[in-house]
Amino acid sequence: MIYPWVWRHLPGPWPVRVLLALAIALAVVLLLFTTVFPWAEQSLPFLKVTVDQQ
Amino acid sequence: MRGSAQAGLRGLGELLVSAGVVVLLFLAYQLVWTNLAAHRAADRAAATLRESWARPGTSSGSNPTALRTRPGTGFAFLHIPRLGRRFDVPVIEGVGLPELSRGVGHYPDTALPGAIGNFAVAGHRATNGEPFAYLDQVHQGDLVVAETKAGWYTYVVDRTRIVTPTSTWVLDPVPGKPAATPSSALLTLTTCNPRWASYERLIVFGHLTGTRARADGPPASLGAGAGA
Repeated sequence: MIYPWVWRHLPGPWPVRVLLALAIALAVVLLLFTTVFPWAEQSLPFLKVTVDQQ
Repeated sequence: MRGSAQAGLRGLGELLVSAGVVVLLFLAYQLVWTNLAAHRAADRAAATLRESWARPGTSSGSNPTALRTRPGTGFAFLHIPRLGRRFDVPVIEGVGLPELSRGVGHYPDTALPGAIGNFAVAGHRATNGEPFAYLDQVHQGDLVVAETKAGWYTYVVDRTRIVTPTSTWVLDPVPGKPAATPSSALLTLTTCNPRWASYERLIVFGHLTGTRARADGPPASLGAGAGA
């Protein structure tokens, strides 16, 4: 189980851990929105609006 | 034994919940984020274009052939009153994803607004700004106005067609007649069809009905306040 493992390995008292956990979550969301999702989007059909020789 | 089975189940549950959260985040990205980002980018492209027009320079009159385009750069606006009184979207040179996420894209090697030949434009219909989301509501007789530094070029819609994705004939100077020499200024708009599946293309054909010099102001079909 990833989340309890991460929680156990975060340093400091619990308010610091909460802040660190939020920061990690935010970093993951940023990575998804800037890298993973734009890549995944290209395999969906919504972007195909031109006529071309395929 | 029971303990490890329980731990395995909890691990599986954790994984499934995480996957669900990622799917929800992806929905938010597609349906909200890409549109916000594309609208911001289109606003920037529009502001850049209007600023470049406002700068003093050589005026080319309403001669459409005097227009210069650079790949990835906006050079015109498209107004489609049927899609809303305030519908004005920058036309960017090129039909790659970077161009289409900042407005609508002009197919390179097709005619420029108002010029003899076929002025062909592609736009997203779902996500990434989706300027052509409701292009299916544009019908014969509706007006499409291309605005450039030189003036206003009003096209009237002749017909709409659903075609296969490889139907490049719609881009011909005279659509469907690759060998013909064009004698009139035509318009082709392309987008995906069906809106959320895109195994076909929705095509809108039109022809030029009117040209106005920039100094004469926007055509009456756009109402007051256009071009600002």
